[in-house]
Order: sequence, then C-alpha cells, then structure tokens
Amino acid sequence: MQLTERHRKYWNSNLRMTTILLVVWFVATFAMSWYARELNEITLIGPLGFYMSAQGSLIIYVAIVWYYARYMNTLDTEYGVEAGEPD
Amino acid sequence: MGRQQVVQSQFFANLKRYYAFYTGGFISFVVVVGILEQLGVPVKILGYIFLFFTIILYAGIGFMSKTADVGEYYVAGRRVPALFNGMATGADWMSAASFIGLAGTLYHMGYDGLAFVLGWTGGYCLVALLLAPYLRKFGQFTIPDFLGARFGGHLPRFIGIVAAIACSFTYVIAQIYGVGIITSRFTGLEFQVGVFVGLSGILVCSFLGGMKAVTWTQVAQYIILITAYMIPVVWLAVKHTGVPIPQIAAYTSALPKVTALEIELNDKTTVKGAREESVRAIFRQHAAEADAKLKGLAADGARFLAVEKEKLIDDAARLQASPMADPRTVDAAERTVREFPRSVEAAREEWTAEAAMVDRAAPIKPHAEAFAVSGETPEEVEANRAIAKKNFLALVACLMIGTAALPHILMRYYTTPSVQEARVSVFWSMFFIFLLYVTAPALAILAKFEVYSQLVGSSFSSLPAWVSNWAAVDKTLMNIADINKDGIVQLAEIVIGGDLIVLATPEIAGLPYVISGLVAAGGLAAALSAADGLLLTIANAMSHDLYYKMIDPHASTMRRLAVSKGLLLAVALLAAYVTSLKPGNILFLVGAAFSLAASGFFPALVAGIFWKRANWLGAVLGMSLGLGVCAYYMYLTYPFFGVNAPKWWDINPIASGTFGIPAGFLGVIIGSLISPAPSREIQDMVDHVRYPSFDTSISSGIRAR
Repeated sequence: MQLTERHRKYWNSNLRMTTILLVVWFVATFAMSWYARELNEITLIGPLGFYMSAQGSLIIYVAIVWYYARYMNTLDTEYGVEAGEPD
Repeated sequence: MGRQQVVQSQFFANLKRYYAFYTGGFISFVVVVGILEQLGVPVKILGYIFLFFTIILYAGIGFMSKTADVGEYYVAGRRVPALFNGMATGADWMSAASFIGLAGTLYHMGYDGLAFVLGWTGGYCLVALLLAPYLRKFGQFTIPDFLGARFGGHLPRFIGIVAAIACSFTYVIAQIYGVGIITSRFTGLEFQVGVFVGLSGILVCSFLGGMKAVTWTQVAQYIILITAYMIPVVWLAVKHTGVPIPQIAAYTSALPKVTALEIELNDKTTVKGAREESVRAIFRQHAAEADAKLKGLAADGARFLAVEKEKLIDDAARLQASPMADPRTVDAAERTVREFPRSVEAAREEWTAEAAMVDRAAPIKPHAEAFAVSGETPEEVEANRAIAKKNFLALVACLMIGTAALPHILMRYYTTPSVQEARVSVFWSMFFIFLLYVTAPALAILAKFEVYSQLVGSSFSSLPAWVSNWAAVDKTLMNIADINKDGIVQLAEIVIGGDLIVLATPEIAGLPYVISGLVAAGGLAAALSAADGLLLTIANAMSHDLYYKMIDPHASTMRRLAVSKGLLLAVALLAAYVTSLKPGNILFLVGAAFSLAASGFFPALVAGIFWKRANWLGAVLGMSLGLGVCAYYMYLTYPFFGVNAPKWWDINPIASGTFGIPAGFLGVIIGSLISPAPSREIQDMVDHVRYPSFDTSISSGIRAR
C-alpha cells in the first residue's frame, strides 16, 4: 500500500504526542521518586514526595491517558479516519 | 450514523440499564443480609450466604452469556463499549493481592510500598500510548496471534505461547491461593475445599461463554469489589476526621498526627516512648541471649546443647527444692525443660527465630520517609539508601512494563468495537483502577492512625473488640502480648499481618458484620475475576494458537471450541492442584509473573508496531533472550531455588526484569539488523495497524474472519 503525505503527517502527529506524553509519564514516575526525599521537605498536602507517589502521579497518569484518547480521536476525525472497521 | 452504530448504541443503553438494575439488586441483597444480622442470624451463616450468593450470581451471568460462536467466545463479539470494557479490565486487573494485600503492604512499608501503587497504575500509560489502539486495529484473538502475523513463521508465535503460559500460570496460582484463603476464612471450609468451591464459579463462567461470559461477569465483579473497598474506608475517614473523602482526610488530617506519634513513640524521654523502650530492651535482651546460644551451638554442637539442658534441669530442681518458690515459676521452669529443642537443627531453628526478635526492637520507621534504611556509619546509611532507591525504581519499572505486557490485559482491548473505543477504554480502565489504588495508601494511613492513637496506650484488660476477635481467629494476622507486663499496650507488643488492614477495617470503623461479609465478597470477586481472565488466556494460547494455528488449521469451529473448553478445564484443575500444595510466597509469584511478561513480550510487541525494520530473527532473539535472562536471574537469586548467588548490581530478585527487558530490546535490535528487512507484505501490515482506517482495501489476509 502506498503511503501519502497525509499518512505521514498523521503518523508524525501521533508520534510527537506519544513522545511528549511519555516524557510527562517518565517525569511523574521516575524523577518524582528519585527526588522523593528532597520533595518530602516541602509540605503541600502532606509531605510532597510521599503525596506525589501515593496520589499526585496517579492523577497525572489518568490525565495522560484521557488526553491521549481525546487528542487521537480528534486527530482521526481531522484526517477522516474516524470510522471504525466494518467488521 | 450507520445501522450498525444504531444497534451498538441501543446495546450500550440496554447494558447501562441492566447493570443499574444489577447494582440496585445487589444493594438490596446487602440490606437484607444486614437485616438478617440484626435479627440474630449467626455470622457464619451470613458468611455462607455471601459466598454462595455471589458465586451463583457469577455463574448465572456466565450461563446467560453462553455461546458457540468463535468471535463471541474469544473476543466477546468485539462489541464491548469502552466504559464496560474499562470496568471488566479493572476487575481483570485487580487481584486478591491488590484488594486484600496492598493496604497492608503500605501499612508496613510506608513510602517504599508505593512502588506497587505506581507500577500497577502507571503501566496503563504504556498500554494506552504504545499498544492498545494498535492491537485493536490488528484485531485478531490473542497476543501470540500478533507475534505470529507480524514476524512470520511459527517460532515467534510459539515463544509467545510459552511466555503467555509461563506468566499467566504463575499469576493464576496466586489468584486461586487468594480464593482459597478468603473462602476458608469466612466460611470455615478447609483451604483445599475453598479452592475448589471458588473454582467451580470461575469454571461455569468461562467454560460456557468464554470471553463473552468473562467480560459481563467481570463488570459485575468490579461493581462489587469497588463498593466493598470504598464503604469501610469512607466510614473510617468520617469517624476520624469528619471528612468523607479518605483520599484527602488521610493526608491533611491523619498523616501529620501519625508523624507526630511516630516521633513521640521513638523518643525515650516521653512517657509513651519510655514504655516502648522497655519493651524493646526485652526484645534486645532475648535476641542477644539467642545469639550467644547460637554461637555456642556453632562451636560445640550437640555437646553445647546437652550442657545448656543440664543447666535448665538444675535450675528447675533448685526451684523445686526451695520452700519459698512460687508454684507457677516452678511450672514454668519445668516447661522450659520439656520444650527444650531435641536436636541441633531444632535448636538452631528456634534460636534463629528468637535472634530475629531484634527486628521488633528497632525504632519505628517514619511512614512518609522515602528509602528509610539503617546502618552503622553515615557512609553505610548512604550506601544502603542508594541500594533502596535503585531497587524502588527498578521495581516500579518492572511492574509498569509488566502491566503493559500481561496478555490477559492486552487481550481485553481486542473486544471493543473500534480503535477509538479502545483508546477511550484504556482511559476508563485507568480510571476504575485508579479509584482503588488511590484509596489504598489513604486506608493504610487511617489504619495506622487508629492503631497508634487508639490501640497503643489502651489497657490489656479492655482491648477493642476487633483486636481480641482477630487475635483469637488467627495469630498471623493479629498477635498481641503484654511483653513488659505493665498492662498497657505498646506498639512493639503488636504484630499485625498485612492482610488484616483491609479485612478488619469494617470492624475498626465500627460497622456491622454485614460489611465485613461484603469486604470478603469483594476480595473474592477480585480473585475470581483475575483468575477468570488468566485461565482463559492460557486456554486460548493453547487451543487457538497452538492447536488451531499450528497443529490443525482446518479444524472446524465446533472442534476448536471443544478443544478450548477441554483445555480450560484441564488447566483450571492443574492450577487448583498446584495451589492446594501451597507453594508459598504470593509476592514471589506475582513478581515473577510481571518480570517474565515484561522481558518476554514488551520489547517484541513495541518494536513490532513502532519499528518496521524489526523482523523474525529480532523477535525470536529478543523474546528468548529476555525470557532467558530474566528466568536465569530469578533462578540465581530467589531463595526459593536455593542457589543464592550474589546479586547483580544489588537488584532484588522481584525486579529480575531489570535485566530481562534490556536483554529483550538488545535481542530485537541486533537480530533485526543482522538479517534482511521484513517483506513488503509485513511492512504493509505495520501500516495497516498504524492507521485506524485508511486502508479498507488492504488484502494481506490478516483480517479476523
């Protein structure tokens, strides 16, 4: 099958968003726990390091998945590929 | 809107109505049981009612969903709406370990236990971003299906089958174990009987209707398990803080108080701290004596044992001869002589256990402190902390990547009607799973607050009812003894088993027994639903991938389903048999399952979608290297296997995937680069998977039916 310019644009938008969200995921997980002791010095809603790993990062995860679904489903419509498989 | 979509939205509306009725019905059931309790029906009967009612309920849903259609049996006809697939995935995902064990783990480990919370939720980001929509577009039946089609040839599919069976089987044993524990604890049935009773519920369900039945049962199970988890925690939060949202109450109100109490109890100059210290001193002394005896035993063996026994006999005789002696002291001295270890091995075992009491003399580890470690010198503390931190991150990574590679979870995304629904469905899965995981750390804090503030400092003559009840039922869950004989409870005198936290929360919160029964039903729902999904995965890997795709591609539909159901029964019985042997440590099994899945599947799956150049040799090399390295490291370091080789880079065996995953990626990359690029046809297939519907005309023979 022949890929058109449109295909490439769609795929690149997807890859860009995937990368951005993976970076957010990485920071929310590994950077937060790496610096947990330092973050615990800050008190926001309880010690921040503990709070992030117990709740904050989880909220970020939910937001990541929600945003990706919304972004991609809009992108599908934009590129006219929203119809599901007729099976 | 096409006709199909109209049908689908009608279906969705009906489902919502059914499950609304179902939820209402279940609540009425709980109310009725509550009334029965008030009328004085014994709690044991109530336990039975809960157990059998829920199992019959699940079996009933399974029976109503029975099917003989291949598409319905394997992927529930691909018409499960996102919301419901999310609930089903939530139930599929949350196991007995999450439901009953997690809060207890967090209670004991504090911050360090959060690795499980992060790992078991964050993994869904990887599922959403890297796998689910693409697997849905590919649209066949199993994960080995994808490996077989994408990399060509039977070998990648075969390794996929081996990996799927290996990780699902280890995981299913942990689930059935949970089923056995819950049924036996709440009904008094024997563990082995409990295993088979629970299993019969699972079997009726998946046996008759495959994925279709499992899906609709799992939705029902999710509703029960989340209700059961939330009610007692919310109640506890209200009781302690007046705020009905435990996720806020725990951090703003309970955690600061827990931290203050930790400091007070660790400070020997306060009244409470001094009492703690007196208990710890006794433990330290016992441990030191045991240590000395162990040294003597190591030096002189049996001779030392004889001399020690002689001393005790002399003591007892002297006491008896003395006219002033208290008869109770004499009895105690004689008992010590009677119970003296008979062999060197027995003595070593007993004294080693006593020497371990030194752990109970350790100061309280602050709940919120990350990577709290001990050490003789500041340098040693620093070094130990670096190891703890490294292991925390490694475990989080293994659990996350394992989540994104467990076939029974990935398989669920084949069941949605479209790619778009698959994406939304991961969101719902994530959300429904989040509800439980965000509550568990809060529950741990609230329970800790209860123990530190209410139980510690209370009098042994008037212990709270939940403490004496559980201490009477099971010593491994609640063990409390007045070590320093002051009549007052000290923290060091309490040993709490991890599972107690969730099981006892209703009683701690002062709720009637019916809620305890509900919690048990929730735990059972979690264990059964996970076991359902796992058994189906194993049976499908063997019947669909091994039998139909590799051995007899011309088998009729009837025959395929018959083989599948037969295998399901065989695997379930085998798993129940293995479980009834009590193979031990659940955490070991769970950790092994995640690391194996992460190392075996993840590199090949992701490369298969995002790297067109990945080919047959890459997949074969990557999967076998990943699995091999991971299994080899487990073999080397898990105490279970008895090798106990030095750890690589100080990584604990539970995070074996730390080495397996990079090995897997390395294998995929090297293998692919040293052999020719995949054929045009396969590269087209990768494009087919990447674009939701650019290519309705594609004809590479990979359509499902």
